[in-house]
Amino acid sequence: MYDKGKIVTGLVIFFVILAFPFWYNRGASSPAPELELTDKAKQAEKCIEETAFMTKEHMQLLNQWRDAVARDGYRIYVSEDGDEYVASLTDTCMDCHSNKADFCDRCHDYVSVSPYCWDCHTYPEENN
Amino acid sequence: MNAAYLYSLIAVVLLGLLAYAGVAVAGLEGLFGIFIPYVALIVFVAGFANRIIGWGKTPVPFRIPTTSGQQKSLPWVKHDKFDSPYNTIGVIGRMALEILLFRSLFKNSRVGFSDAGGYQKIYYKWVVWLWLFAILFHYAFLVTIVRHLRFFAEPVPFFVEMLAKVDGMMQVGAPGMYLSGVVLLGMAMLLLVRRIVLPKVKYISMAADYFPLLLIIGIAATGILMRHFAKVDVAAVKELTMGLATFRPAIPEGDISALFYVHMFFVSLLVAYIPFSKLMHMGGVFLSPTRNLPNNSRAVRHVNPWNYPVKTHTYEEYEDDFREKMKEAGLPVEKE
Repeated sequence: MYDKGKIVTGLVIFFVILAFPFWYNRGASSPAPELELTDKAKQAEKCIEETAFMTKEHMQLLNQWRDAVARDGYRIYVSEDGDEYVASLTDTCMDCHSNKADFCDRCHDYVSVSPYCWDCHTYPEENN
Repeated sequence: MNAAYLYSLIAVVLLGLLAYAGVAVAGLEGLFGIFIPYVALIVFVAGFANRIIGWGKTPVPFRIPTTSGQQKSLPWVKHDKFDSPYNTIGVIGRMALEILLFRSLFKNSRVGFSDAGGYQKIYYKWVVWLWLFAILFHYAFLVTIVRHLRFFAEPVPFFVEMLAKVDGMMQVGAPGMYLSGVVLLGMAMLLLVRRIVLPKVKYISMAADYFPLLLIIGIAATGILMRHFAKVDVAAVKELTMGLATFRPAIPEGDISALFYVHMFFVSLLVAYIPFSKLMHMGGVFLSPTRNLPNNSRAVRHVNPWNYPVKTHTYEEYEDDFREKMKEAGLPVEKE
C-alpha cells in the first residue's frame, strides 16, 4: 500500500468522527422524559384535544392561535368535541400546565427545541 | 421516456412502499428500525475501508496532476501555487479549495458557436450554475446531518443547538422551518431536473446517477413531511435513535408512524449504497491523483513502483571486459 500512514490515519479520523454518537453517549441510556401533570391537569383528565394529537400538533395549534388572535382577532377556539376555549397560551394552556419546567421543558430539552413562545409570554411562578 | 430514470424512480418508490407496508401492515418495526440500520452501518464501514484501502494499493507511477497554471520553474518565471502546486503545503491548499469550495467545478465552462458579427465563431463561457447547485446541495446536506445529531446525543452538544438556531432563523411556522432542509430538497430536485432536461447530460446519465438523487429526494421529502405535515412523536423517535446509539435498541411506545420507518429505511439504503457507488467520491476526492500530487516531475525523480530491476551493462563495465583488446586495437580508453 502506498502512502499507508496518511491514508490509514485519514480513514481512522473519519471513522472516529462517524462514531461520535457511540463515544459521546458512552452507552448511557436516555429514555424519553416522563411528563408531570399538575393536580388541575389530572382532574381535567383530557386536554383541549386528544393527548396523541396534542403531543404531535400542539406547536402548530399554538402557531394558529397566535395568528388568529394577534392578526385576525378571533379569540375563541372550538375543539373537536365542540367545547369552547379562549385561545391563549398563558391563560388556557398554562392554567393547567403551570409547571413549565416539569412539563414543557422536559420534552423540549430532550429533543433540543427552543420555542420562542416565552420570549414574549410570561409563565406562572413555580411553587416548589 | 428514459428507462434509466424510470427504473430508478420505480425502485425508490417500491422501496419506500416496502418499508411503509412492512411497518404499517406487517408490523416489522424491529427490522426497519433496528436491524437494517445496524447492518447498513456495518456495510458502510467495511465497504468504505475496503474501497479506500483498494485505492491505496493502486500504484500511481507518474505524477499526473492536472495543471492550469505555471509549474515551478526558473526563479524569474511566476509560479502558480494553487493550480500547479510544487510541495505538500501547496497540495494541501489545492485540496482544501477543492474539497471545501469545489474549485474545479467552479471553473466549469460551456463551449458553443455564436453567429455574432455575421460569421460563426467558437466561444467558451463560464457557467456557474452546476457549481452553485452542487455546493448548496452539499452544505445543506452537511448541516442537515449535523442537525440530526440532536437525535443521537444526550445532552445535545452546543454546536448542534447553535447550528439549528442559525438554520431555523427564518422562524417560519411551528415547528420552525429549517433552511437546510428546503435547500437540500430544492437543489436535489434541480440536480435531477438538470439530468432529465439537458440532452447532453441526459445522454451520459445512467440509473446509477438517478437512483442516489431520487433516494436523497425521498429522504428530504419524508423528513420535511414528518416535521411539518404528518407529524410524529419526536420524543419517541429520539428514544429509538438513542437506543441505537447506546446499543440498547428497542422500539419505544409512542406515536411513530410508518413514514418515519420509510425515512429510516431510505437513509439506511443510502448509507449502505455509498461504498458501491459514485457516492464514494466523499472518500475518493482525497485520493484523486490529479489533485493530490505535487507537480514536481522535473525536480524530483519518480520511479515506477512496479519496475523490476533491469539488468544493465554500463560502458565502464564494458571497458573493464575489453580493455586489453581495445588497447591492442589502438582504441582510446577512459581508464588505463
